[in-house]
Amino acid sequence: MRRYLVRKLIIYILTFFVAATIDWILPRLVSGNPISILLSKMSLQPGTYNATYKLYMNAFGFNRPWWKQYLTFWTALFHGNLGISIYQFPKPVTSVIADYVLFTLALLIPAILLAYFAGNRVGAMAARRKLLDNSVLPVSYLLTATAYPWLALLLAFLFAAGGIGHFFPISGGFSYGLLPSWNWTFIWSLVTHWFLPFLTLFLVAFGGWAIGMRNLIIYELESDYTHYLEALGAPTRLVRRYAYRNAVLPQLTGLALSLGMVVGGAVVTEVTFAYPGLGYLVFQAVGNNDYFLLQGIFLFIIAGVLIANFVIDIVYVIVDPRTRVGISGA
Amino acid sequence: MGLTVDHLQVCYRTLRGDVKAVDDVTFSIEDREIMGLAGESGCGKSTLGNSLVRMDVRMRQLGGHVELDGKELPISDSRAMRDFRFKEISIVPQYAMSALNPTRRVGRMVAELLKARGFDYKSALPELERRVKLVGLDADILKRYPIELSGGMKQRVVMVISTLLNPSLLIADEITSALDVSTQRAVGEMLLEFRDRNFVKTTMVITHDLSILAQVADTILVMYAGKLAEKAKADVVINNPLHPYTQLLISSLPDVGIRHDEHTLVGIPGRPPPLLNPPVGCRFRDRCPFAFDRCTDEPPFVEVKPGHSVACWLHADGALPSGGV
Amino acid sequence: MTVLKTDEAAEKAGAPDAAVSAGSGKPRRFEFLYFALRNKKLLLGLSVVVLFVLFAVFGPLFVQHPMLNYYIPFRPPSSSFWFGTNYFGQDVFSEFVSGLRESLLVGLLGGCGATVIGMTLGFVSGYKGGLIDEALNVLCNIFLTMPVLVLLILVAGFLHHTSGLIEGILIACTTWTWSMRAIRAQTFSLVSRDFVGLARLSGEKSRQIIMREIAPNMSSYLLLVFILSFGGAILTAASLDYLGLGPTNGMSLGIMMQQASDWNSLQLHLWWWFVPPGAAITCIVGGLYLANVGLDEVFNPKLREL
Ligand SMILES: Nc1ncnc2c1ncn2[C@@H]1O[C@H](COP(=O)(O)OP(=O)(O)O)[C@@H](O)[C@H]1O
Ligand code: SF4
Ligand SMILES: [Mg+2]
Repeated sequence: MRRYLVRKLIIYILTFFVAATIDWILPRLVSGNPISILLSKMSLQPGTYNATYKLYMNAFGFNRPWWKQYLTFWTALFHGNLGISIYQFPKPVTSVIADYVLFTLALLIPAILLAYFAGNRVGAMAARRKLLDNSVLPVSYLLTATAYPWLALLLAFLFAAGGIGHFFPISGGFSYGLLPSWNWTFIWSLVTHWFLPFLTLFLVAFGGWAIGMRNLIIYELESDYTHYLEALGAPTRLVRRYAYRNAVLPQLTGLALSLGMVVGGAVVTEVTFAYPGLGYLVFQAVGNNDYFLLQGIFLFIIAGVLIANFVIDIVYVIVDPRTRVGISGA
Repeated sequence: MGLTVDHLQVCYRTLRGDVKAVDDVTFSIEDREIMGLAGESGCGKSTLGNSLVRMDVRMRQLGGHVELDGKELPISDSRAMRDFRFKEISIVPQYAMSALNPTRRVGRMVAELLKARGFDYKSALPELERRVKLVGLDADILKRYPIELSGGMKQRVVMVISTLLNPSLLIADEITSALDVSTQRAVGEMLLEFRDRNFVKTTMVITHDLSILAQVADTILVMYAGKLAEKAKADVVINNPLHPYTQLLISSLPDVGIRHDEHTLVGIPGRPPPLLNPPVGCRFRDRCPFAFDRCTDEPPFVEVKPGHSVACWLHADGALPSGGV
Repeated sequence: MTVLKTDEAAEKAGAPDAAVSAGSGKPRRFEFLYFALRNKKLLLGLSVVVLFVLFAVFGPLFVQHPMLNYYIPFRPPSSSFWFGTNYFGQDVFSEFVSGLRESLLVGLLGGCGATVIGMTLGFVSGYKGGLIDEALNVLCNIFLTMPVLVLLILVAGFLHHTSGLIEGILIACTTWTWSMRAIRAQTFSLVSRDFVGLARLSGEKSRQIIMREIAPNMSSYLLLVFILSFGGAILTAASLDYLGLGPTNGMSLGIMMQQASDWNSLQLHLWWWFVPPGAAITCIVGGLYLANVGLDEVFNPKLREL
């Protein structure tokens, strides 16, 4: 078990290392100096421009040898310093991220978990049950085949813009008129703004889990241990319970693998609903050529995904007894 | 009493047609009898065994009926069969090595199974432990996961589980095939022991390996391509077989009692006919050294001597008057 | 993309298929056609995809109002403007035709690229085993855990000019992991079979063994992997385009949705602007997935319905 987790941990650290390096190289590969972009936004006098340019080049370290820059980059990273945002100058990138991260978490965590549980349940129920299967399966396939932007637009149009009604607000994280505070009006505003983006993410993921679980259950129901149980007269309830339990294991692996995908979906969804999460922020960063912010969010998201992965690994070890007996030396 | 199988026909339904894996099979097993079911791999032994316990979704009963202890077995009604399984009729499947749920401790699985069948695990536990020890295992294997057990251990655990409720009929499918010679012997001893201790009343030992049958079986039934070829007392089948197929099977065993692999049996030249659209007439005709013109008709399975039945035209004329088996 | 099987499931589901194909040569091809023509899922999925491909090829013949001409804006679908007109008065149908072509091409490029990369690395990894496998597997896991779309946003954000070609290549370079996983697992299970061992013993070169013994046995599997990659690439491209990171000059189904969203089609109820592109994507990708399930059943007798 320890071996398993350590191995995973090494891969995650490597992943972070690679991601950070990509993050560092990219802006240095492309033309267009982030500093000049930053300065062009500050509308300075021509005379002061050059002086400020030098100042910033020094401050950001672009005029030092590349390996020094790389080292500085890592040192800064270890100090939790991701640089200064251009788009929200002169706020540090970390505090810009901090403003947005809660919205993303509030969106992603329920969407991922609920879709996972609901999809698994429904998929398991549908397996080997003709009627349910014939309705659940096609719907699930349509859902997974749907592009996030389209589902987001469709839901926004139908339920927010008046296609069917104006049940939900169409954009933002809460009503403009409100100030963040813990009263019911504000919480209700949060919930109504949250619902459609959540639903978008939920639906697409739900389809995938339902299909996956259905196929896995069918596979488990064809397996030897199931046949033996049946040969010993075990009731369907027990047989399905065992099948579900075992089918959940590969689904957990799938959950870890799907995280990157869902995060991508979140970007698109947040942009559509102008929902003030990290995805929306990343989009703003691209639009405003805010490279530091872009780099910072990327690293932040990677770190989040890796941590989530590790949490799932731990859950896997807890759920799958086989990874545990490994240590007792069979 | 015991088991009576009467003109049983079982097929696999495939998109290309029915594969008749068990074709018009009739035999019976007495109480306390251990019957060996032998034949090349693919001749329908497992299908016959499985059909008595649990029909696969692909399997269909085309005809015949089965009685156990005088009661009709509703073998094609999976729901009705549930009551019989485990209590009256039980199986050690061919896939015993993978028959245990990989994510449950052995004991827990048995507990959940017993509970689901309306038994109490607590009160069954002493007997379970006693039997686990009887087959030479430590009682704490019940606390282990299947991956912690060796193949032979799993095999024995499955035997203990399957016979825990003292079924009338035990079907043991290829229980020695995956084991080494000494373990094979031990497992053979276990079969005898289980019978002697009345854990099981009648036993059907399915194998492609005649040598194990020489050790344990009272009678031997030989199948060929879904049909019965010969049935007699074990020593008769081994020493004086009548059917050309059985004769070839026996002669390809250099020395009974030594372990033989599948390929020693396949040592007979040629291959069995396909079971999807089998040829008419005697199914062994292509490979039979004695085939003659009459063999284009199907030979009946008839009793030629008391307790000795054969399906071969060479012996059909010596058939005893009434065809009771 | 969760539709793609995980390692374990892939190995489980793939193995019987390989067993069948290893055993028999010619009759199998015939059998394939026999079952393929009788598989409703395959036929339905395939016909939907083929329909859209034909539409992309011959669509321009039906375009009556060139994309760069401007007519009366906000016109709902009618007999002269089949898909209506957009905010600027452009014909949505003509946009749709160009967009469909671009999206299919980018998807094809991304899907092919990802399959080829994944196939190569998967073969080598599964066949060579040992250190090479270890290294490639780590590489695969690194890319697997990385959020692809965010990585692509990062890359595309730094590129000032993108084209369909670049987009396709970027997608291929970031999404090959799924095919590699699947093919690696499959290669493992094939390599452990006798006939590969024989080939190895007889001193054949690795590449020859891979090409002659392993690849043909996996052709069916490769097809499945490609279909899923194709569908996945179309979806990824749609999201990228929608974020404005797609081809700088040009039209695609994702760009249509982006423009529709940017120019208030929701508030103005111009549903005919964003419904067709998204619906087309769902149909094509859904058709691909359905065909994939059908093919899986054809190749893998265990899955066939009774
Ligand atoms: N699921 C199935 N579908 C179609 N044919 C099958 C299936 N399972 C077994 N068969 C066929 O039935 C015949 C008997 O199989 P089986 O009973 O397993 O043989 P044995 O146990 O004697 O080796 C074989 O020829 C085999 O090809
Ligand atoms: S019936 Fe004929 S072919 Fe069949 S076993 Fe007897 S002699 Fe041989
Ligand atoms: Mg068998």
